Amino acid sequence: MSSASGGRRKELKEAREDLHRIIEACKSVEIKGLDPYLIDVEDLIRTIRDYFPMWNDAEDLCLDTEALNSIASVVRMQGEWVKRRATALYRDPFLIEEKIRGLPVDKMAEIFLKVWRPIIELEQLTIKGFREALKYWSDLPPLNLRWQKVGYAKTDMGFVTMEEMVKEGVLSSESFMAEVEKMWLELKNLASKYGRVKYWDFIGSDTYEETVRRAYLTSFLLTYGYARLQVHLLENEIFIMPNEEPLNKGGDEVISFPIPISFEEWERWKKGKEA
Amino acid sequence: MEKGKRSVDKKAYYASKMRKAAQLLFYRRHSTPGAKGWELRRRIGSDYPKVINLLNDYLARIGLTVKTVFEEANPPENPTIEQYDKARFYVTLRDDLTVEETKLVGWRIDDLAALCASIAYIISRGGKAPRKEIEDLLKAKIPDWRVEIDLNRFIRLGYMVEDENGQIYLGWRTRAEVDQKKLIDLLLETEAKT
Repeated sequence: MSSASGGRRKELKEAREDLHRIIEACKSVEIKGLDPYLIDVEDLIRTIRDYFPMWNDAEDLCLDTEALNSIASVVRMQGEWVKRRATALYRDPFLIEEKIRGLPVDKMAEIFLKVWRPIIELEQLTIKGFREALKYWSDLPPLNLRWQKVGYAKTDMGFVTMEEMVKEGVLSSESFMAEVEKMWLELKNLASKYGRVKYWDFIGSDTYEETVRRAYLTSFLLTYGYARLQVHLLENEIFIMPNEEPLNKGGDEVISFPIPISFEEWERWKKGKEA
Repeated sequence: MEKGKRSVDKKAYYASKMRKAAQLLFYRRHSTPGAKGWELRRRIGSDYPKVINLLNDYLARIGLTVKTVFEEANPPENPTIEQYDKARFYVTLRDDLTVEETKLVGWRIDDLAALCASIAYIISRGGKAPRKEIEDLLKAKIPDWRVEIDLNRFIRLGYMVEDENGQIYLGWRTRAEVDQKKLIDLLLETEAKT
Protein backbone atom coordinates (compact mmCIF):
# COMPACT_ATOMS: atom_id res chain seq x y z
CA MET A 1 0.00 0.00 0.00
CA SER A 2 2.72 2.43 1.03
CA SER A 3 4.86 1.43 -1.96
CA ALA A 4 1.88 2.19 -4.26
CA SER A 5 1.40 5.64 -2.74
CA GLY A 6 5.16 6.22 -2.88
CA GLY A 7 5.12 5.33 -6.60
CA ARG A 8 2.26 7.72 -7.21
CA ARG A 9 4.09 10.51 -5.40
CA LYS A 10 7.10 9.91 -7.62
CA GLU A 11 4.92 9.99 -10.73
CA LEU A 12 3.35 13.24 -9.58
CA LYS A 13 6.75 14.79 -8.93
CA GLU A 14 8.02 13.81 -12.38
CA ALA A 15 4.86 15.10 -14.04
CA ARG A 16 5.21 18.47 -12.28
CA GLU A 17 8.84 18.68 -13.36
CA ASP A 18 7.78 17.98 -16.93
CA LEU A 19 5.24 20.81 -16.81
CA HIS A 20 7.90 23.17 -15.42
CA ARG A 21 10.21 22.14 -18.27
CA ILE A 22 7.46 22.86 -20.82
CA ILE A 23 6.89 26.33 -19.32
CA GLU A 24 10.63 27.09 -19.30
CA ALA A 25 11.09 25.93 -22.91
CA CYS A 26 8.22 28.12 -24.11
CA LYS A 27 9.50 31.10 -22.14
CA SER A 28 13.03 30.75 -23.48
CA VAL A 29 11.70 30.84 -27.05
CA GLU A 30 9.98 34.13 -26.26
CA ILE A 31 12.85 35.71 -24.33
CA LYS A 32 15.69 34.63 -26.63
CA GLY A 33 13.70 35.29 -29.78
CA LEU A 34 14.27 31.72 -31.05
CA ASP A 35 12.38 30.15 -33.92
CA PRO A 36 9.00 29.22 -32.32
CA TYR A 37 8.72 26.24 -34.66
CA LEU A 38 11.50 24.59 -32.63
CA ILE A 39 8.72 23.70 -30.18
CA ASP A 40 6.64 20.66 -31.06
CA VAL A 41 3.29 22.02 -29.90
CA GLU A 42 1.33 18.83 -30.58
CA ASP A 43 3.73 16.73 -28.53
CA LEU A 44 3.56 19.14 -25.59
CA ILE A 45 -0.25 19.23 -25.67
CA ARG A 46 -0.32 15.44 -25.71
CA THR A 47 1.91 15.38 -22.61
CA ILE A 48 -0.28 17.91 -20.79
CA ARG A 49 -3.41 15.90 -21.69
CA ASP A 50 -1.84 12.66 -20.41
CA TYR A 51 -0.97 14.25 -17.09
CA PHE A 52 -4.30 16.02 -16.64
CA PRO A 53 -6.19 13.14 -14.86
CA MET A 54 -3.45 13.07 -12.20
CA TRP A 55 -4.14 16.59 -10.93
CA ASN A 56 -6.29 17.01 -7.82
CA ASP A 57 -4.73 20.01 -6.08
CA ALA A 58 -5.56 23.54 -7.12
CA GLU A 59 -1.81 24.23 -7.29
CA ASP A 60 -1.30 21.46 -9.86
CA LEU A 61 -4.26 22.67 -11.89
CA CYS A 62 -2.73 26.16 -11.92
CA LEU A 63 0.54 24.70 -13.15
CA ASP A 64 -1.37 22.84 -15.86
CA THR A 65 -3.05 26.12 -16.91
CA GLU A 66 0.25 27.96 -16.92
CA ALA A 67 1.78 25.30 -19.18
CA LEU A 68 -1.18 25.55 -21.56
CA ASN A 69 -0.88 29.33 -21.53
CA SER A 70 2.83 29.12 -22.41
CA ILE A 71 2.01 26.84 -25.33
CA ALA A 72 -0.65 29.31 -26.46
CA SER A 73 2.05 32.02 -26.46
CA VAL A 74 4.25 29.85 -28.66
CA VAL A 75 1.33 29.31 -31.09
CA ARG A 76 0.82 33.08 -31.21
CA MET A 77 4.55 33.56 -31.90
CA GLN A 78 4.37 30.98 -34.67
CA GLY A 79 1.59 33.02 -36.28
CA GLU A 80 3.63 36.21 -36.00
CA TRP A 81 6.69 34.42 -37.36
CA VAL A 82 4.79 33.39 -40.49
CA LYS A 83 3.36 36.90 -40.87
CA ARG A 84 6.82 38.47 -40.55
CA ARG A 85 8.30 36.13 -43.13
CA ALA A 86 5.54 37.18 -45.51
CA THR A 87 6.28 40.92 -45.18
CA ALA A 88 8.39 42.94 -47.58
CA LEU A 89 10.83 43.75 -44.76
CA TYR A 90 11.77 40.15 -44.13
CA ARG A 91 15.29 39.11 -45.02
CA ASP A 92 17.34 36.24 -43.66
CA PRO A 93 18.59 37.51 -40.27
CA PHE A 94 21.90 35.70 -40.58
CA LEU A 95 22.55 37.27 -43.97
CA ILE A 96 21.92 40.75 -42.56
CA GLU A 97 24.06 40.06 -39.50
CA GLU A 98 26.92 38.94 -41.73
CA LYS A 99 26.62 42.14 -43.72
CA ILE A 100 26.53 44.33 -40.61
CA ARG A 101 29.65 42.63 -39.27
CA GLY A 102 31.45 42.83 -42.63
CA LEU A 103 30.88 46.50 -43.50
CA PRO A 104 33.39 49.18 -42.42
CA VAL A 105 32.12 51.94 -40.13
CA ASP A 106 32.23 54.73 -42.74
CA LYS A 107 30.34 52.64 -45.31
CA MET A 108 27.71 51.81 -42.72
CA ALA A 109 27.28 55.51 -41.85
CA GLU A 110 27.07 56.37 -45.54
CA ILE A 111 24.22 53.86 -46.03
CA PHE A 112 22.41 55.23 -43.02
CA LEU A 113 22.61 58.78 -44.30
CA LYS A 114 20.66 57.69 -47.38
CA VAL A 115 17.70 56.50 -45.32
CA TRP A 116 17.81 58.90 -42.39
CA ARG A 117 15.71 62.08 -42.28
CA PRO A 118 16.19 63.60 -38.81
CA ILE A 119 13.28 65.46 -37.24
CA ILE A 120 13.58 69.23 -37.12
CA GLU A 121 12.67 70.97 -33.87
CA LEU A 122 12.92 74.51 -32.62
CA GLU A 123 13.69 75.81 -29.18
CA GLN A 124 13.32 79.52 -29.21
CA LEU A 125 12.14 82.19 -26.85
CA THR A 126 9.97 84.80 -28.53
CA ILE A 127 9.69 88.38 -27.33
CA LYS A 128 5.98 87.78 -26.68
CA GLY A 129 6.72 84.70 -24.58
CA PHE A 130 9.45 86.56 -22.74
CA ARG A 131 7.10 89.45 -21.96
CA GLU A 132 4.42 87.08 -20.63
CA ALA A 133 6.97 85.21 -18.51
CA LEU A 134 8.25 88.49 -17.09
CA LYS A 135 4.71 89.57 -16.20
CA TYR A 136 4.03 86.20 -14.59
CA TRP A 137 7.25 86.53 -12.57
CA SER A 138 6.46 90.01 -11.34
CA ASP A 139 2.90 88.94 -10.35
CA LEU A 140 4.11 85.78 -8.60
CA PRO A 141 3.99 86.15 -4.79
CA PRO A 142 7.06 84.94 -2.83
CA LEU A 143 7.10 81.28 -1.76
CA ASN A 144 6.50 81.97 1.93
CA LEU A 145 3.23 83.75 1.05
CA ARG A 146 2.09 81.09 -1.42
CA TRP A 147 2.76 78.23 0.94
CA GLN A 148 0.71 79.88 3.63
CA LYS A 149 -2.24 79.95 1.28
CA VAL A 150 -2.11 76.41 -0.08
CA GLY A 151 -1.97 74.53 3.22
CA TYR A 152 -4.80 72.01 3.38
CA ALA A 153 -6.06 69.43 5.78
CA LYS A 154 -7.05 65.95 4.73
CA THR A 155 -10.51 65.03 5.98
CA ASP A 156 -12.51 61.82 5.94
CA MET A 157 -14.94 61.16 3.12
CA GLY A 158 -18.49 62.16 3.87
CA PHE A 159 -21.82 63.13 2.39
CA VAL A 160 -22.80 66.47 1.01
CA THR A 161 -26.35 67.72 0.62
CA MET A 162 -27.66 69.81 -2.22
CA GLU A 163 -28.19 72.72 0.16
CA GLU A 164 -24.51 72.60 1.15
CA MET A 165 -23.47 72.54 -2.51
CA VAL A 166 -25.62 75.60 -3.14
CA LYS A 167 -24.10 77.29 -0.08
CA GLU A 168 -20.58 76.58 -1.31
CA GLY A 169 -21.47 78.08 -4.68
CA VAL A 170 -20.95 74.81 -6.59
CA LEU A 171 -24.59 74.78 -7.66
CA SER A 172 -27.18 77.49 -8.01
CA SER A 173 -30.43 76.78 -6.20
CA GLU A 174 -33.12 77.72 -8.71
CA SER A 175 -31.72 76.08 -11.76
CA PHE A 176 -30.76 72.72 -10.34
CA MET A 177 -33.17 70.61 -12.42
CA ALA A 178 -32.46 72.82 -15.41
CA GLU A 179 -28.76 72.03 -14.97
CA VAL A 180 -29.47 68.30 -14.70
CA GLU A 181 -31.54 68.43 -17.89
CA LYS A 182 -28.82 70.42 -19.64
CA MET A 183 -26.35 67.69 -18.72
CA TRP A 184 -28.79 65.08 -20.02
CA LEU A 185 -29.01 66.83 -23.41
CA GLU A 186 -25.23 67.13 -23.51
CA LEU A 187 -24.90 63.42 -22.74
CA LYS A 188 -27.44 62.49 -25.43
CA ASN A 189 -25.50 64.59 -27.90
CA LEU A 190 -22.13 63.06 -26.99
CA ALA A 191 -23.49 59.52 -27.01
CA SER A 192 -25.33 59.94 -30.31
CA LYS A 193 -22.62 58.08 -32.22
CA TYR A 194 -21.79 55.09 -29.98
CA GLY A 195 -24.72 55.16 -27.57
CA ARG A 196 -22.39 55.60 -24.60
CA VAL A 197 -19.54 57.78 -23.32
CA LYS A 198 -16.71 57.01 -20.92
CA TYR A 199 -17.74 58.27 -17.50
CA TRP A 200 -14.54 60.25 -16.94
CA ASP A 201 -14.67 61.76 -20.43
CA PHE A 202 -18.17 62.98 -19.62
CA ILE A 203 -17.56 64.46 -16.18
CA GLY A 204 -13.93 65.49 -16.76
CA SER A 205 -13.26 69.16 -17.21
CA ASP A 206 -10.32 71.57 -17.31
CA THR A 207 -10.53 72.29 -13.61
CA TYR A 208 -10.99 69.92 -10.71
CA GLU A 209 -13.81 72.06 -9.29
CA GLU A 210 -15.81 71.83 -12.51
CA THR A 211 -15.19 68.08 -12.67
CA VAL A 212 -16.63 67.65 -9.16
CA ARG A 213 -19.63 69.78 -10.12
CA ARG A 214 -20.27 67.66 -13.21
CA ALA A 215 -19.84 64.42 -11.25
CA TYR A 216 -22.37 65.64 -8.70
CA LEU A 217 -24.92 66.55 -11.37
CA THR A 218 -24.26 63.25 -13.15
CA SER A 219 -25.13 61.35 -9.98
CA PHE A 220 -28.60 62.96 -10.20
CA LEU A 221 -28.87 62.04 -13.88
CA LEU A 222 -28.49 58.42 -12.78
CA THR A 223 -30.64 58.64 -9.67
CA TYR A 224 -33.53 60.26 -11.53
CA GLY A 225 -33.34 57.75 -14.39
CA TYR A 226 -32.06 60.12 -17.08
CA ALA A 227 -29.11 57.81 -17.70
CA ARG A 228 -27.61 54.49 -16.67
CA LEU A 229 -24.12 53.17 -16.00
CA GLN A 230 -22.34 50.30 -17.68
CA VAL A 231 -19.47 49.02 -15.54
CA HIS A 232 -16.72 46.83 -17.02
CA LEU A 233 -14.91 45.64 -13.94
CA LEU A 234 -12.22 43.66 -15.77
CA GLU A 235 -11.23 46.53 -18.04
CA ASN A 236 -11.73 49.02 -15.20
CA GLU A 237 -13.96 51.12 -17.45
CA ILE A 238 -17.22 52.85 -16.63
CA PHE A 239 -19.53 54.09 -19.38
CA ILE A 240 -22.57 56.28 -19.08
CA MET A 241 -25.54 55.84 -21.42
CA PRO A 242 -28.41 58.31 -21.76
CA ASN A 243 -32.04 57.13 -21.61
CA GLU A 244 -34.34 58.50 -24.29
CA GLU A 245 -36.85 59.46 -21.57
CA PRO A 246 -36.31 59.57 -17.79
CA LEU A 247 -37.14 56.10 -16.46
CA ASN A 248 -39.27 55.63 -13.40
CA LYS A 249 -37.34 53.25 -11.17
CA GLY A 250 -40.22 52.72 -8.78
CA GLY A 251 -40.29 48.93 -8.88
CA ASP A 252 -36.61 48.32 -9.54
CA GLU A 253 -34.02 47.57 -6.93
CA VAL A 254 -31.81 50.63 -6.56
CA ILE A 255 -28.15 50.05 -5.95
CA SER A 256 -25.53 52.52 -4.89
CA PHE A 257 -22.29 52.57 -6.89
CA PRO A 258 -19.64 54.90 -5.46
CA ILE A 259 -17.12 56.40 -7.89
CA PRO A 260 -14.24 58.29 -6.24
CA ILE A 261 -13.53 61.67 -7.85
CA SER A 262 -10.16 62.29 -6.24
CA PHE A 263 -7.78 65.02 -7.30
CA GLU A 264 -5.16 62.36 -8.25
CA GLU A 265 -7.69 60.52 -10.43
CA TRP A 266 -8.62 63.80 -12.15
CA GLU A 267 -4.92 64.58 -12.77
CA ARG A 268 -4.40 61.10 -14.27
CA TRP A 269 -7.41 61.58 -16.57
CA LYS A 270 -6.22 65.03 -17.61
CA LYS A 271 -2.71 63.82 -18.40
CA GLY A 272 -4.15 60.92 -20.43
CA LYS A 273 -6.33 63.32 -22.35
CA GLU A 274 -3.47 65.67 -23.12
CA ALA A 275 -1.10 62.89 -24.20
CA MET B 1 -13.59 92.51 -58.06
CA GLU B 2 -15.62 90.45 -55.59
CA LYS B 3 -13.97 87.28 -56.89
CA GLY B 4 -10.50 88.80 -56.39
CA LYS B 5 -11.32 89.73 -52.79
CA ARG B 6 -12.57 86.20 -52.06
CA SER B 7 -9.33 84.74 -53.38
CA VAL B 8 -7.25 87.10 -51.20
CA ASP B 9 -9.37 86.15 -48.16
CA LYS B 10 -8.86 82.46 -48.87
CA LYS B 11 -5.13 82.98 -49.24
CA ALA B 12 -4.94 84.87 -45.95
CA TYR B 13 -7.06 82.17 -44.29
CA TYR B 14 -4.71 79.37 -45.34
CA ALA B 15 -1.58 81.44 -44.65
CA SER B 16 -2.73 81.93 -41.07
CA LYS B 17 -3.52 78.22 -40.70
CA MET B 18 -0.11 77.27 -42.13
CA ARG B 19 1.59 79.52 -39.58
CA LYS B 20 -0.30 77.78 -36.78
CA ALA B 21 0.52 74.33 -38.18
CA ALA B 22 4.21 75.22 -38.49
CA GLN B 23 4.32 76.32 -34.85
CA LEU B 24 2.62 73.10 -33.75
CA LEU B 25 5.02 70.93 -35.71
CA PHE B 26 8.26 72.74 -34.98
CA TYR B 27 7.91 73.46 -31.26
CA ARG B 28 8.00 70.55 -28.84
CA ARG B 29 5.15 70.59 -26.35
CA HIS B 30 5.21 66.99 -25.10
CA SER B 31 7.88 64.36 -24.56
CA THR B 32 7.86 63.68 -28.31
CA PRO B 33 8.12 66.35 -31.01
CA GLY B 34 5.56 66.96 -33.75
CA ALA B 35 1.80 66.81 -33.33
CA LYS B 36 -0.96 64.23 -33.49
CA GLY B 37 -3.65 64.56 -36.15
CA TRP B 38 -6.40 65.17 -33.59
CA GLU B 39 -4.28 67.93 -32.07
CA LEU B 40 -3.96 69.62 -35.47
CA ARG B 41 -7.69 69.21 -36.05
CA ARG B 42 -8.43 70.90 -32.72
CA ARG B 43 -6.15 73.87 -33.39
CA ILE B 44 -6.46 74.26 -37.16
CA GLY B 45 -9.81 72.75 -38.09
CA SER B 46 -11.10 69.74 -39.98
CA ASP B 47 -9.30 70.75 -43.19
CA TYR B 48 -5.91 70.22 -41.52
CA PRO B 49 -4.75 67.57 -44.06
CA LYS B 50 -5.04 70.26 -46.76
CA VAL B 51 -3.17 72.79 -44.61
CA ILE B 52 -0.42 70.20 -44.00
CA ASN B 53 -0.11 69.62 -47.76
CA LEU B 54 0.25 73.36 -48.34
CA LEU B 55 2.84 73.61 -45.57
CA ASN B 56 4.68 70.65 -47.05
CA ASP B 57 4.91 72.41 -50.45
CA TYR B 58 6.17 75.53 -48.72
CA LEU B 59 8.80 73.66 -46.67
CA ALA B 60 10.03 71.80 -49.77
CA ARG B 61 11.65 75.05 -50.92
CA ILE B 62 14.00 74.96 -47.93
CA GLY B 63 14.70 71.22 -48.00
CA LEU B 64 12.19 70.13 -45.36
CA THR B 65 9.10 67.95 -45.47
CA VAL B 66 6.17 66.99 -43.27
CA LYS B 67 6.41 63.31 -42.42
CA THR B 68 3.23 61.46 -41.44
CA VAL B 69 3.70 58.39 -39.28
CA PHE B 70 0.58 56.24 -39.09
CA GLU B 71 -0.24 53.96 -36.18
CA GLU B 72 -0.43 50.96 -38.50
CA ALA B 73 2.81 49.08 -39.19
CA ASN B 74 2.08 49.25 -42.94
CA PRO B 75 1.13 52.84 -43.87
CA PRO B 76 -2.32 52.93 -45.56
CA GLU B 77 -2.42 53.85 -49.25
CA ASN B 78 -5.51 56.06 -48.97
CA PRO B 79 -5.68 57.06 -45.31
CA THR B 80 -9.07 57.80 -43.79
CA ILE B 81 -9.59 60.87 -41.64
CA GLU B 82 -9.61 58.61 -38.54
CA GLN B 83 -6.21 57.24 -39.53
CA TYR B 84 -4.93 60.81 -40.02
CA ASP B 85 -6.29 61.79 -36.60
CA LYS B 86 -4.34 58.99 -34.93
CA ALA B 87 -1.15 59.60 -36.96
CA ARG B 88 1.72 61.80 -35.77
CA PHE B 89 3.12 64.55 -37.97
CA TYR B 90 6.75 65.67 -37.87
CA VAL B 91 8.95 68.01 -39.87
CA THR B 92 12.03 66.21 -41.18
CA LEU B 93 14.79 66.82 -43.72
CA ARG B 94 13.64 66.16 -47.27
CA ASP B 95 16.96 65.09 -48.81
CA ASP B 96 19.97 62.93 -47.92
CA LEU B 97 22.61 64.33 -45.60
CA THR B 98 26.26 64.12 -46.62
CA VAL B 99 28.92 62.82 -44.25
CA GLU B 100 30.22 66.39 -43.79
CA GLU B 101 26.73 67.63 -42.94
CA THR B 102 26.28 65.09 -40.12
CA LYS B 103 28.63 67.23 -38.02
CA LEU B 104 26.16 70.08 -38.41
CA VAL B 105 23.40 67.95 -36.86
CA GLY B 106 25.66 66.89 -33.98
CA TRP B 107 26.47 63.26 -34.87
CA ARG B 108 29.84 61.51 -35.07
CA ILE B 109 30.28 59.12 -37.95
CA ASP B 110 30.96 56.11 -35.68
CA ASP B 111 27.84 56.86 -33.61
CA LEU B 112 25.78 56.93 -36.79
CA ALA B 113 27.29 53.63 -37.90
CA ALA B 114 26.47 52.12 -34.49
CA LEU B 115 22.89 53.38 -34.77
CA CYS B 116 22.60 51.96 -38.27
CA ALA B 117 23.99 48.56 -37.20
CA SER B 118 21.69 48.39 -34.15
CA ILE B 119 18.56 49.28 -36.14
CA ALA B 120 19.40 46.84 -38.95
CA TYR B 121 20.10 44.08 -36.42
CA ILE B 122 16.78 44.63 -34.63
CA ILE B 123 14.90 44.64 -37.95
CA SER B 124 16.62 41.39 -38.92
CA ARG B 125 15.47 39.83 -35.63
CA GLY B 126 11.85 40.69 -36.31
CA GLY B 127 11.63 43.93 -34.33
CA LYS B 128 13.33 43.03 -31.05
CA ALA B 129 16.71 41.76 -29.89
CA PRO B 130 18.39 41.18 -26.52
CA ARG B 131 20.57 44.13 -25.42
CA LYS B 132 23.47 41.74 -24.84
CA GLU B 133 23.46 40.62 -28.49
CA ILE B 134 23.44 44.23 -29.76
CA GLU B 135 26.26 45.11 -27.38
CA ASP B 136 28.34 42.18 -28.64
CA LEU B 137 27.69 43.22 -32.22
CA LEU B 138 28.79 46.83 -31.58
CA LYS B 139 31.82 45.84 -29.49
CA ALA B 140 33.36 44.24 -32.56
CA LYS B 141 33.98 47.73 -34.01
CA ILE B 142 33.51 50.27 -31.23
CA PRO B 143 35.35 50.49 -27.88
CA ASP B 144 33.46 48.80 -25.02
CA TRP B 145 33.04 52.00 -23.01
CA ARG B 146 31.42 53.73 -25.97
CA VAL B 147 28.93 50.93 -26.69
CA GLU B 148 26.97 51.49 -23.49
CA ILE B 149 26.97 55.27 -23.92
CA ASP B 150 25.75 54.89 -27.50
CA LEU B 151 22.98 52.41 -26.69
CA ASN B 152 21.73 54.52 -23.79
CA ARG B 153 21.75 57.58 -26.04
CA PHE B 154 19.76 55.78 -28.76
CA ILE B 155 17.20 54.73 -26.14
CA ARG B 156 17.03 58.22 -24.61
CA LEU B 157 16.45 59.82 -28.01
CA GLY B 158 13.64 57.39 -28.84
CA TYR B 159 15.37 55.37 -31.57
CA MET B 160 14.97 52.31 -29.37
CA VAL B 161 13.02 51.13 -26.34
CA GLU B 162 14.25 48.67 -23.73
CA ASP B 163 11.92 46.51 -21.63
CA GLU B 164 12.47 45.04 -18.18
CA ASN B 165 13.78 41.76 -19.69
CA GLY B 166 16.62 43.53 -21.48
CA GLN B 167 14.93 43.24 -24.89
CA ILE B 168 15.43 46.19 -27.22
CA TYR B 169 12.73 47.26 -29.70
CA LEU B 170 12.63 49.96 -32.37
CA GLY B 171 11.32 53.25 -30.98
CA TRP B 172 9.05 56.02 -32.26
CA ARG B 173 11.97 58.05 -33.64
CA THR B 174 13.17 55.21 -35.85
CA ARG B 175 9.67 54.92 -37.29
CA ALA B 176 9.62 58.66 -37.97
CA GLU B 177 13.13 59.16 -39.31
CA VAL B 178 14.35 55.94 -40.89
CA ASP B 179 13.15 54.24 -44.07
CA GLN B 180 13.60 50.72 -42.73
CA LYS B 181 12.92 48.85 -45.95
CA LYS B 182 15.36 50.97 -47.91
CA LEU B 183 17.98 50.51 -45.18
CA ILE B 184 17.84 46.72 -45.45
CA ASP B 185 17.83 46.85 -49.26
CA LEU B 186 20.88 49.15 -49.30
CA LEU B 187 22.74 46.96 -46.82
CA LEU B 188 22.18 43.87 -48.92
CA GLU B 189 23.04 45.68 -52.16
CA THR B 190 26.23 47.14 -50.75
CA GLU B 191 27.44 43.76 -49.65
CA ALA B 192 26.67 42.33 -53.07
CA LYS B 193 28.94 44.96 -54.65
CA THR B 194 31.89 44.40 -52.27
